[in-house]
Amino acid sequence: MDIAIRCRDLRKVYEGKPPVEAVRGLDLEVRTGECFGILGPNGAGKTTTVEILEGILQATGGEVEVLGLRWGRNDRALRERIGVSLQETRLADKLTVEETLELFGSFYKKGRPAAEVMAEVGLTEKRKSWVVKLSGGQRQRLAVACALVSDPDLLFLDEPTTGLDPQSRRQIWDLVRDLRRRGRTILLTTHYMDEAERLCDRVAVVDYGRVIALGTPSELIASLKGEHVVEFAVNGDGRMPAPQTLLDLPSVRSVRPESDGILLTVGEPHVAIPALLDRLGREGKTLSRLVTRHAGLEDVFVALTGRHLRDE
Amino acid sequence: MTGRHPYLLLVLARMRELMREPEVVFWVFIFPILLAVGLGVAFRNKPTDEIAVGVVAAAGSDRVAGALSPDHGFRVVTVSTEEAAKLLRLGKVALVVVPGTSYEYRYDPTRPDSVLARLKVHDALERAAGRGDPVEVRETLVTEPGARYIDFLIPGLLGMNIMSGGMWGVGFLLVDMRSRRLLKRLIATPMRRADFLGAIMTSRMILVFSEMALLLFFGWLVFHLVIQGSLFTITVLAALGAFVFAGLGLLVASRTARIETASGLMNLVMLPMFVCSGIFFSPDRFPAAVQPLIKALPLTALNDALRATILEGATLPSQSGRILLMLAWGLASFAVALKIFRWN
Repeated sequence: MDIAIRCRDLRKVYEGKPPVEAVRGLDLEVRTGECFGILGPNGAGKTTTVEILEGILQATGGEVEVLGLRWGRNDRALRERIGVSLQETRLADKLTVEETLELFGSFYKKGRPAAEVMAEVGLTEKRKSWVVKLSGGQRQRLAVACALVSDPDLLFLDEPTTGLDPQSRRQIWDLVRDLRRRGRTILLTTHYMDEAERLCDRVAVVDYGRVIALGTPSELIASLKGEHVVEFAVNGDGRMPAPQTLLDLPSVRSVRPESDGILLTVGEPHVAIPALLDRLGREGKTLSRLVTRHAGLEDVFVALTGRHLRDE
Repeated sequence: MTGRHPYLLLVLARMRELMREPEVVFWVFIFPILLAVGLGVAFRNKPTDEIAVGVVAAAGSDRVAGALSPDHGFRVVTVSTEEAAKLLRLGKVALVVVPGTSYEYRYDPTRPDSVLARLKVHDALERAAGRGDPVEVRETLVTEPGARYIDFLIPGLLGMNIMSGGMWGVGFLLVDMRSRRLLKRLIATPMRRADFLGAIMTSRMILVFSEMALLLFFGWLVFHLVIQGSLFTITVLAALGAFVFAGLGLLVASRTARIETASGLMNLVMLPMFVCSGIFFSPDRFPAAVQPLIKALPLTALNDALRATILEGATLPSQSGRILLMLAWGLASFAVALKIFRWN
């Protein structure tokens, strides 16, 4: 299988007082043709990692190979073959969509015509609009379009939907899925678990500059040994059942106390829930809340770190 | 393939952005013209004003007033002693004459118009009393373009615009691009940095040449400015000035991440030159001790060179000192700036 990105023991320390260790020995392998996600909370080192892979930052240590080439030796050739959308880039306000894309296209030997790229991201109608007049979602699609003008073998999308409204997020997702379907290799970072679940073939969960879990979204969720989550709370203060006493309920795999209730991962909700209700009834407790849902990457992150993705 | 060279598209993008920014059009093209008109009108050379003289009403005041005829540029008011003192204090009259057996002149010796009035009034009164002029004089009146304030001002405004345009047009632009992460985005492409910087320089030159042409044409049309030197020399000097201040702008922008910091730095660099380098008045007014410092400033060299060329017809070889000084400033700024410049 072809490997698009390989990095071993990647390290990055930002000098300062005190120095900040943003990446602490990160290993990664992205296969050609897959959409690979780096999922982690803000400050986990995602952007630093991606900017090293994009050749913008220099690593403090470790080995990086992108499309079989190395930064520092084949820079120009590499830049011709990648497409980059940085986190929160504000393109020139008073150039039109078309002018922006023509400019970016001119930097590449095989730059694509602006019209083709505009059609691909659905901005043809806006071709004569100044960037400053575009909505947040349209600007983000233009940023992705700027990454696509090079017809890249490898596409980097850093936090492509951060700060967008739900409809714009869905448009970006459709765009990424479309690119994926047409065989492009994509590396995207996100701190939204739903985004990673929907878009990525494989996900690396990153925390404090290291990969703490790696696999397909379903593998990661399966690692919880329970595909469902049951959250509940009881009426009255301080009368929650002791968490560990719930572990012996049938089909319950793990128990976590939360600030506003208790969270169980279970294999079969239809077995676990009646048993739970029965137990609460015998103890004279009444439910104030009961929610069941499929487990997600958020639950994987919580199980691994004890924190939520968006606690920060 | 778009088929066009990235350098050309970068220049085009830069020019489009500039022309779509109303503030830029105002500061670059309209502001210097407004300044020239305003200052040119305020400080226009005009025939000496009439001389207002207060004569205190007393015996003999008619004779005094009669001697100071309007034909010789006098305007006389005959008033009481108190009124005369008030008019003098308010500057409505330049001099008060108290008639009597001997005349008394009341005036402020620190007011140039009062000193002039004293001389003229005294002359007129003496002559009316029968003084003869033993020496015969002939007067040839000369008011020529070239020696007026507007002639001094236009080359200074040109220099000023080259400085502030270069500093803002390069420094501000780059810091803005850095703060919006656009610089970082650009270096993630195979764009050549030489194309990028070259395009910024080119757009600066286009702007400098157009504002130079506009200001000189306007000066010629409205103020009958006479350009003594060659347009080629002026163009070379303007280009050299644009190069120097683009370098300083690049230096200010080389590591600055915030727009506010950049504004402060640029004002810090430009303020001494605004004041000392002879935009609105000659730097000769400063004490001799600081003259070497003032002469070493790049804008002083540029303004002096532009003035010498436009007003006196100086050639390039005749001002090689100024040119070398500017070259040194430009090369040094570019060398340091490119060495420490932070792209990400």
